[in-house]
Amino acid sequence: MASVTELAKPTTRTVYHTKPGGHGAIIDVADFSLWYGKSQALFGLSLKIEKDLVTALIGPSGCGKSTLLRSLNRMNDLIEGVSVAGRVTFAGDDIYDRGLDVIALRKRMGMVFQKPNPFPMSIFENVIYPLRVDGVRDKAVLAETVERALRGAALWDEVKDRLHDNALGMSGGQQQRLCIARAIAGEPEVLLMDEPCSALDPLATARIEELIDELSGRYSIVIVTHNMQQASRVSDNTAFFYLGNLVEYGETEAIFTAPHDERTRSYITGRFG
Amino acid sequence: MDTVPIARDDNPTDRTPAQSASSLRATALSAYGEPYLWGLGGALALGVLMIVGLLFLVFWNGIATFYPKPIAEIRLTDGATIIAGEPIRSELYRPAADERGRMSPEAQRAMDAADGHANRTLYRIGNYDLYNEDFSWVSDHTVASVAHPADYHFVERLEWGPLIGRIKTATLSGQSRSAADLDRAVLDQAHDRARARWARIRELERDGIGAINHELEAERLHVRKVALTDGEGSSEHRRATDELATRSVELQAQYQRLVGEANALKAENARNEIVFADVTGREIKVPLAGIVRMYPANALNVFQAIGVYLSRWWEFLSDEPREANTEGGVLPAIFGTFAMTLLLVVAVTPFGVITALYLREYAKQGRLVAAVRISVNNLAGVPSIVYGVFGLGFFAYLVGGSIDAWFFQERLPSPTFGTGGLLWSSLTLAILTVPVVIVASEEALAAVPLSVREGSLACGASKWQTIRRVVLPQAMPGIMTGVILAMARGAGEVAPLMLVGVVKLAPELPIDGIFPFLHLERSFMHLGFHIYDVGFQSRNSEAGKPMVFVTTLLLITLVASMNAFAIVVRNRLKKRFAGAQF
Repeated sequence: MASVTELAKPTTRTVYHTKPGGHGAIIDVADFSLWYGKSQALFGLSLKIEKDLVTALIGPSGCGKSTLLRSLNRMNDLIEGVSVAGRVTFAGDDIYDRGLDVIALRKRMGMVFQKPNPFPMSIFENVIYPLRVDGVRDKAVLAETVERALRGAALWDEVKDRLHDNALGMSGGQQQRLCIARAIAGEPEVLLMDEPCSALDPLATARIEELIDELSGRYSIVIVTHNMQQASRVSDNTAFFYLGNLVEYGETEAIFTAPHDERTRSYITGRFG
Repeated sequence: MDTVPIARDDNPTDRTPAQSASSLRATALSAYGEPYLWGLGGALALGVLMIVGLLFLVFWNGIATFYPKPIAEIRLTDGATIIAGEPIRSELYRPAADERGRMSPEAQRAMDAADGHANRTLYRIGNYDLYNEDFSWVSDHTVASVAHPADYHFVERLEWGPLIGRIKTATLSGQSRSAADLDRAVLDQAHDRARARWARIRELERDGIGAINHELEAERLHVRKVALTDGEGSSEHRRATDELATRSVELQAQYQRLVGEANALKAENARNEIVFADVTGREIKVPLAGIVRMYPANALNVFQAIGVYLSRWWEFLSDEPREANTEGGVLPAIFGTFAMTLLLVVAVTPFGVITALYLREYAKQGRLVAAVRISVNNLAGVPSIVYGVFGLGFFAYLVGGSIDAWFFQERLPSPTFGTGGLLWSSLTLAILTVPVVIVASEEALAAVPLSVREGSLACGASKWQTIRRVVLPQAMPGIMTGVILAMARGAGEVAPLMLVGVVKLAPELPIDGIFPFLHLERSFMHLGFHIYDVGFQSRNSEAGKPMVFVTTLLLITLVASMNAFAIVVRNRLKKRFAGAQF
């Protein structure tokens, strides 16, 4: 077994365990590095996110998986002193291009956060928020979107009678599904999920996992998770990160059953993390 | 120092006494902080007690002022002097040696027993036109007898303050009757009619004739304006002059008609008067229309007394001041305070919130922003009179002067906006209170969690959309708190207002029926200044004293109710955001 100090050695070499299967890449990360001020958080990552599949990003705390996720829709722009190098292309466009409209990018990538963050408004208003900011006023469209998004998030039957109640009155699991409904209301192509179940109880977690299963195939989902079982249950491909490096990337089954890299094996068997 | 055993072991032989003492008694009392805690609690209790005491004092004096008091007729020991008046208050004093010499032996003994003090009572004797004073001190030892005759009347007059005396004769519609065959109901009816006529005369003179004067002035200003723009002697100027001439003839006719009507009413009022006799029998003639209220002070039952009390409150709240503000009502001051506070809120809220938004959400946090923030916080510590001077110099003279030069040239040299007024007062107080709003708004904005902002941004909302739709609504209760604090501070502020627009007596309200209805340039009355004026600037401070309490009570009530309203609004907003998180 490799000791932890040995594992800590940074490397930029990625083991492609097996070629990740899919319908072609929707996001292409190429030699991507990121710095918070002077400290480097990501070291020359390269990976392709496959279209319409679920990709799990795993790794111990501080390994850069959340940072990568937030780089995909440029949420890291909010943090001062962030600089990047390399390329990230989404459907062919370089998302760090100067001419790129960040708002348009984010409309095509829904995001679900670690803690449910519904707005202090009604359930209805929460779901149609992406349409509201686009200035959609047509009541029929709004009502239709709410039903579609809530059904998509497996929440419709629970809340259809109280759409105009305050969203903050829902349970945590419902709130998280509401956030998923909000994320898919704007018809994005990609769903980014940043540990969506870490603040939820096991039952609510199971519901979200079912939901991810239902949503895969319609959306390309990138999910960051700390939970190995979750990664193995819901994802098609898995990428293992360690100290800002992509260590191993491949089909989930292969990664979990026969990892190539010693560090991956140690992590998924729970020796550290 | 001797030690006291605190706890005993079951088996004390295991330890030496010194050991157990050191392990259980080592901590000094000061380490617990109890003495400081008591000190702090005591200080807090003292502060609360003082505030409650002040409120109680104001409340009690304010509430009690308008209740009618009995009139005492006092015969003094010298046999010759009798006076009549309302007892106001009693106090101990130290009589001079020669006064002691005039005392009876028992009174001297009582005084010696009281360590050289004697008691005296202040009576409101009224009849200022006869006595040249409203109040008189009466030492208890000089009182031979006190009586409360039922036929004494307390009369509130439009002029000369209150009158205390008996009705001698009354002339109603020219017919004179003695007090004996005077029907009270007939007198009251005549009084009501005379007051109605008086009110009509006031309406004619102020509203009717006032409107004519206003129109004439507007026409004259129009001529001047034309002269300034087109030149004197130009055809436009001649036309405007001719118009003014024809219009003023018409207005003159209207004026004559109104004056005629008023004079007829005045002539009718002149045929109604009452002759009172004071306690010594000297006569005072009072026109019936000049009597605001009269009542037989010693013959009132409880319901009549409450009637007088309520009627005085109503007058106080709904009428204009008279007698140098010591009598009458404070409606213009209530109105002025209210309008100014409202305008203050309208001005300070957007100003403060926009500043806070920029500082918190947009400005790059660095040394410059830190410096700005410190400056803003320190603005709250600048003496308020400094803001008054600034408001006068900047708003009234500079901004107002420029507005006058551009838009009201024809009125110069008399200023329109170039002097203190409602608008400038509100803006001055807005600057005075804006730090409060900025600080509170910044804190409220900072308290909106990042997760909610990220949620909005991730939905494809722009930064501005995020602020407008998610951040601001959620920060609104906190912002409201700032506005409430600013309002409370602004409504009670007096010093700067004295420089920028508050006056002792404003003839016109800032809102009236003449276009443009809201006259921001007008000076106005303010309850806070009214308190100062009545309490410390009037001829008769003793007469003004009750008014100080009543006005203070009113100001406190006004500020408290405006705050209560704002707090209710805020709590409603808060409720929207309160909800179980999990």
